[in-house]
Amino acid sequence: MSDPAALNVAASGFEAVAKDVSDPRGAKPRRVLSRRNIFLYGTLILIAVYYLLPLYVMFVTSLKGMPEIRLGNIFSPPVEITFEPWVKAWATACTGLNCDGLSRGFWNSVRITIPSVVLSIAVASVNGYALANWRFKGADIFFTILIVGAFIPYQVMIYPIVIILREIGLYGSLWGLVIVHSIFGMPILTLLFRNYFTSVPEELFKAARVDGAGFWAIYFKIMLPMALPIFVVAIILQVTGIWNDFLFGVIYTKPESYPMTVQLNNIVNSVQGVKEYNVNMAATILTGLVPLIVYFASGRLFVRGIAAGAVKG
Amino acid sequence: MTTRQNGRPSQLFRNLNAKIASIPMILTALVIFLGGTAWTVFYSFTNSKLLPRLNFIGLDQYERLWAAPRWMVAIENLAIYGVLSLIFSLVVGFLLAALLDQKIRFEDTFRTIFLYPFALSFIVTGLIWQWLLNPDFGIQGVVRGLGWESFEFDPLYNAEIVIYGILIAALWQGTGLIMCLMLAGLRGIDEDIWKAARVDGIPMWKTYVFIIIPMMRPVFITTLVIIASGIVRVYDLVVAQTSGGPGIASEVPAKYVYDYMFHAQNLGQGFAASTMMLLSVIIVIVPWAYLEFGRRRHV
Amino acid sequence: MRYRHMTAIFAATVALNFAAPASAVDLEVTHWWTSGGEAAAVGEFAKAFDATGNKWVDGAIAGSGGTARPIMISRITGGDPMGATQFNHGRQAEELVEAGLMRDLTDLATKEKWAEIVHPKSLLDSCTLDGKIYCVPVNIHSWQWLWLSNAAFEKAGVAVPKNWDEFVAAGPALEKAGIVPLALGGQPWQSAGAFDVLMVAIAGKDVFMKVFGDKDAEVAAGPEIAKVFKAADDARKMAKGSNVQDWNQATNLVITGKAGGQIMGDWAQGEFQVAGQVAGKDYTCLPGLGVNEIISTGGDAFYFPLLEDEEKSKAQEALASSMLDPTTQVAFNLKKGSLPVRGDVDLGAANDCMKKGLDILAKGNVIPGTDQLMSQDTQKQKEDLFSEFFANPSITPEDAQKRFAEIIASAD
Repeated sequence: MSDPAALNVAASGFEAVAKDVSDPRGAKPRRVLSRRNIFLYGTLILIAVYYLLPLYVMFVTSLKGMPEIRLGNIFSPPVEITFEPWVKAWATACTGLNCDGLSRGFWNSVRITIPSVVLSIAVASVNGYALANWRFKGADIFFTILIVGAFIPYQVMIYPIVIILREIGLYGSLWGLVIVHSIFGMPILTLLFRNYFTSVPEELFKAARVDGAGFWAIYFKIMLPMALPIFVVAIILQVTGIWNDFLFGVIYTKPESYPMTVQLNNIVNSVQGVKEYNVNMAATILTGLVPLIVYFASGRLFVRGIAAGAVKG
Repeated sequence: MTTRQNGRPSQLFRNLNAKIASIPMILTALVIFLGGTAWTVFYSFTNSKLLPRLNFIGLDQYERLWAAPRWMVAIENLAIYGVLSLIFSLVVGFLLAALLDQKIRFEDTFRTIFLYPFALSFIVTGLIWQWLLNPDFGIQGVVRGLGWESFEFDPLYNAEIVIYGILIAALWQGTGLIMCLMLAGLRGIDEDIWKAARVDGIPMWKTYVFIIIPMMRPVFITTLVIIASGIVRVYDLVVAQTSGGPGIASEVPAKYVYDYMFHAQNLGQGFAASTMMLLSVIIVIVPWAYLEFGRRRHV
Repeated sequence: MRYRHMTAIFAATVALNFAAPASAVDLEVTHWWTSGGEAAAVGEFAKAFDATGNKWVDGAIAGSGGTARPIMISRITGGDPMGATQFNHGRQAEELVEAGLMRDLTDLATKEKWAEIVHPKSLLDSCTLDGKIYCVPVNIHSWQWLWLSNAAFEKAGVAVPKNWDEFVAAGPALEKAGIVPLALGGQPWQSAGAFDVLMVAIAGKDVFMKVFGDKDAEVAAGPEIAKVFKAADDARKMAKGSNVQDWNQATNLVITGKAGGQIMGDWAQGEFQVAGQVAGKDYTCLPGLGVNEIISTGGDAFYFPLLEDEEKSKAQEALASSMLDPTTQVAFNLKKGSLPVRGDVDLGAANDCMKKGLDILAKGNVIPGTDQLMSQDTQKQKEDLFSEFFANPSITPEDAQKRFAEIIASAD
């Protein structure tokens, strides 16, 4: 413990996480219309505009007809609102001979995402728990390899994984893909869970062991109920990551179970004559909708969870 | 219950359960990350084409790699992109977090706005920005349409600055998460420290730079792991935005690996390139990771 | 009640078996034909296959062969192959065949006398390994075409060029009229392809064969190729400002008269057709850039991975034979804009440009496609070089030629 900052954080301890940490801690504002406030809100609004602009452009573009897009300004609102691009993106856009848009991929994505999220989080939370509370010889080495694994480009691993999945007979099946997602989600998730469980006061853990609770009993009865915030973070990260995945979805499955992102790529890259930007934009928004909703709905839970998982360590 | 001597389970019992629970992790670490890596390095010394073959040719693949202009461009791009994205992500992320931490109204709204791009994949991000930066009807086209005919802003079609065009998109997508991490870090700092700083009359910026940031070291470390692993892996964004163009101006190492493994059907060359990437990662990460994570926390 | 239910099922099964002796089998076919003309063409294959009582399950993967091939190869090596898959003529699937992952079609080929009907013979040769046939060539695509927009030249006030030199001379006039002289998409294979076309047109067939066939680095560094690089330099200047990625977006610039011309294979034809343009009236095509009327006979072929399922294997053969069927060949190739692989079919409905191509083919002025001559590895290195050359004016033709000769020296 050579590091005073770590000590300090550890001292402020688990209680800081347990109570609401979403309150700002910065300097207190004084007057409503001070120069400071004008500067502050001005800056924030300006930055917010920068962040929102692409979404706005996508949205208005998806509501315009092609002639209007060719003539007009990308920032101007649609003169004549049409929902045709949305209908086309969802139901009729073609890739090769399949003209059913994104709809065929939506349920595939759901079927892929749910088991992958559940499995990867279950595995990573147990890993993190074992690493934080039941340290055994060699655990750090495996953990270090895992962290280095976070830096390996996915492309490098494609071939070895093709071979491994082939050997265990899971190539092309949904479970093969679920395992792949669990593997690549493991480094960051394990890091988060490990950090979180490390911040749980030692006394709590010791008391449970005095009462005779074993590895799994402590995990299910004590750790799990306390770990809600970090589970929220893990779920958010995994839902977005897996939902947005293209590479694994296309390589480790077959066309009938391709996720939505593959259809998005197909629609966007299947240029039939002119690029239909409005359909592309509608398809893009539709594909991103699930993770977007997850983000908007989870709100401050995310920051709270991150605070719990990332701050300690 | 018999093991409850001194309230401490026997060494074997304790090891066994944690080890059983860690089997997936151990397997992943050993078989996938270590095994896959060793396999890749091993085959980088062969002349495998479409399928892996054990026909060793020594360092030929590496010689060819370092003689390839495209690999050099890719390395240079990764360096520029990596340094800038690291600096900007940290600085912008921290500034945004600090701004949000000023007891402002509508904090939730602002935070959601800054964070939402992270919900979108790189493919989607690339498409949006390709469209915004399109010289004919994107930002350049619009500004010209307003009467400023000589206005030039076409990063994706200008080999000199294309990597910055990619950086803009990457920052738009990723800074929200960094901001969240930073905000979480700021919230983890005791209110008393602020009070004490105010009592001592230390200006706000000094409080941040000399007191708060050093206290946030763990957050910075998690953030670094997340940013850095994203940098090394950058691929989808480039493919979606420029496909490496114009020419080879926005190539990155991960794309070189993929292209040579699969498009060129030269696994050996792709493996050599990925080995070089791994090597650089290991040189930087391992000593640091060992120092950072290898220490025992529970004394 | 229960008994009747059972018999009903039994009867239904029997009926089904009798109705379709070769019971309907779903066969997944992967390909990267997703542009308008391509999709229409592949629909003809699907129709013909469905007519045999089986079902074509379309596995299109968008984004050109570069995106699709890794997926196909992973599927095949991963032990979960599709029923049939597209590759380009040549060596892309060579190792998969060697590894014994592909179905041997020799029996079918002998029965249907492919050796007699497939023309030119080189197509079947690239399907053959150790005397056995592993693929079905379905079309001939030639690269050596210059597509010109008649409207663009009219607007610029110059006559539609008849060859490459006239086209280069018309460049400034086009530019003055606000037209990009040469449309060139950003995908690397387009730049490399354009260079190969210039080579055949300017340096001729023999030099082409020496460089790409014999991999003669001396010729590649010689004065003939230097001339080609000079022409490529002209092309590079004329292509400035295309600002598109996909080949068919570039073709679209020509169709809409925003660009003067495009060097692209005959698959561009399909796009003109979908846009309702008429050869000779709305657009002009110059085979061999109007200089050297030679065409390459690359194209697409279908491979059939070895499957364990007996039924599916039968369906694979049905698909293979339906692809070579004369009616399918005509219907498919008319939509695709490519030439049929059989010399014995009547392409009466072919338009002017296709007729020019058929003519050249009949005269035997053909060369093999670059995919047949070189490995994908060499092709990729060439792509890297030319995509850089065409995008970056600071690389002199001389430097580029030096690098080109190095690639040829180590080519395989």
